[in-house]
Amino acid sequence: MTAMLQVTDVTKAFGGVVANDAVSISVPQGAIVGLIGPNGSGKTTLFNAITGAQAIDAGSIRFEGQEISRLLTGEIARAGIIRTYQQPRIYGGLSTRDNMLVSASIRRGSSPSLFRRANAKAIAWADELLDFVGLIEKRDILAGDLSFGQQKLLELAMALSNEPRMLLLDEPTAGINPILIDSVIERLKVANSKFGLTLLVIEHNMPVIMDLAQHIYCLAHGSLLADGTPEAIQNDANVLDAYLGAA
Amino acid sequence: MAEYRALTPKRLLLIASLLAVGVAAPLVLPAYQLQLTELLLFIVFALAWDLVGGQMGYNSFGNVLFVGLGMYGAAIVQVGLFYDVGLYNAARGGGTQFVFDVPQFITGLALGIPAAALISAFAAWLLGSLVLTMRGHYFAICTLGLGIAAGQIAAGIPWIGAGSGMLTPNPPEALGDVALLLYYLALGLAITCALTFAWLLSTRFGLALNAIRDDEDKAEAMGLKTHAAKVTAWVIAAGFLGAAGALYGNVVRFIDPVQTAFAGATIGVWMILMALLGGKGTLAGPIVGAIVFQIMKELFWTYLLGWQRVALGLLIIAVAVFFPAGIVGFIRERGSAKAKEQNQ
Repeated sequence: MTAMLQVTDVTKAFGGVVANDAVSISVPQGAIVGLIGPNGSGKTTLFNAITGAQAIDAGSIRFEGQEISRLLTGEIARAGIIRTYQQPRIYGGLSTRDNMLVSASIRRGSSPSLFRRANAKAIAWADELLDFVGLIEKRDILAGDLSFGQQKLLELAMALSNEPRMLLLDEPTAGINPILIDSVIERLKVANSKFGLTLLVIEHNMPVIMDLAQHIYCLAHGSLLADGTPEAIQNDANVLDAYLGAA
Repeated sequence: MAEYRALTPKRLLLIASLLAVGVAAPLVLPAYQLQLTELLLFIVFALAWDLVGGQMGYNSFGNVLFVGLGMYGAAIVQVGLFYDVGLYNAARGGGTQFVFDVPQFITGLALGIPAAALISAFAAWLLGSLVLTMRGHYFAICTLGLGIAAGQIAAGIPWIGAGSGMLTPNPPEALGDVALLLYYLALGLAITCALTFAWLLSTRFGLALNAIRDDEDKAEAMGLKTHAAKVTAWVIAAGFLGAAGALYGNVVRFIDPVQTAFAGATIGVWMILMALLGGKGTLAGPIVGAIVFQIMKELFWTYLLGWQRVALGLLIIAVAVFFPAGIVGFIRERGSAKAKEQNQ
């Protein structure tokens, strides 16, 4: 079976710093794949490369068989890859519900549908997802007035409302109330099983990623250090070395 | 978005009474007819500026470009339909050979105003593809340059009167009160503009403009066609600015390239000030701002003559310092603060 997302030998350097050095990962359709590594190991750089935020120096990125490494951010998004950010990015001047309405998929309709009001169906879809992340009570509040954790949840709901084929999550549980983390994981798993959403997740919280992902890639100093099942990664000597320093 | 959703009886009554005031105003206050016409055009200027500057967050300092293009465009159509534009301007529109009878004058206006809107919209489409790739200060400075350059270019084209300017066609005496006709045309334009924008802002397009204002890169990464949305908004705004410019030229009767048409230091600044004064990023704001501004301007020009620009400058400072959100924004902030208190 060919992978949904196939990253092959992607290299990206910032001056003399090689942030990604011939990194190859593969994400099968319907999977939840984790991406871990110490700070500065190149995880977010790889996300930027996949979503077209930064052009890569060398290598290939194929999504559903199509080469996307030379496409623009918007084209990649419309092809079906949506990301969230470490620092949540929402539209602070819009209400929480309007954030949802403007994020809803445009793939379902052509661009003239922009010149229509959000219909009852669109509003119901927005509210369903706001309910899903527990923000339905906040729908009329300005998104900029939400707390950090609430903004992260809103950003997740916005991404889901776009109905992507693949969702790239950059530290989805960072900054979220520890009590809420379990429910976030639960919701991600439901999004995966219920909506058939393929997930690629950057995460620093080890228990979270071990629980969530079926396959994990570990980056260190811009290169791929190891990959395997959560159990294999947990016991990999190289990984332990990268995180804790040589024994 | 929610604010324009329903046409409640209360809102219909408000609209009806505003319309009645608009229709009756020049008849009740004939002495202020010119100022009222100017006010209606100012409302269009402020609304059009705010669509791009307030709703979309692209602060343009060069919107006079579209006003001026519309002004010249309409005048050229009005004259050119019946006479040679070059000869007309060489003769300064005078003499007995450049006379417009009633059908000619009306035809000129009827074709000139839509032509002005189209010319300005087309210019916005051409320039937008280039200029709207710039952001923040770069966009502001670039548009400022465009407005200044346009005035200097217009002042160098003899065909349209060069630095001596161009006169709009002399209205035939048989037509009666042309000023009143222009007032009602301005009223129609202002209403069309306000209704069009109210509709636009109630659609997902309006949300997309706000999304671009709040985080353009995010909007792009969410798959919105941000560039197309930006150019569309800019083109719509320019169309209204062009039509308003066409009327403005006919109201003042004389088009000076730098003082009237591409008047960055007056109209260009005023339209921004009006939007800020009323509250940028709201539909009511630019309208309220234009009304308050026009009253202030007339008071300053009447009672503080010689110091009127100083007074206007102080007004700008006062707005920036004390009412950064504008009148409508200030009221809304207080309203939401009250609502928050009640929630607790």
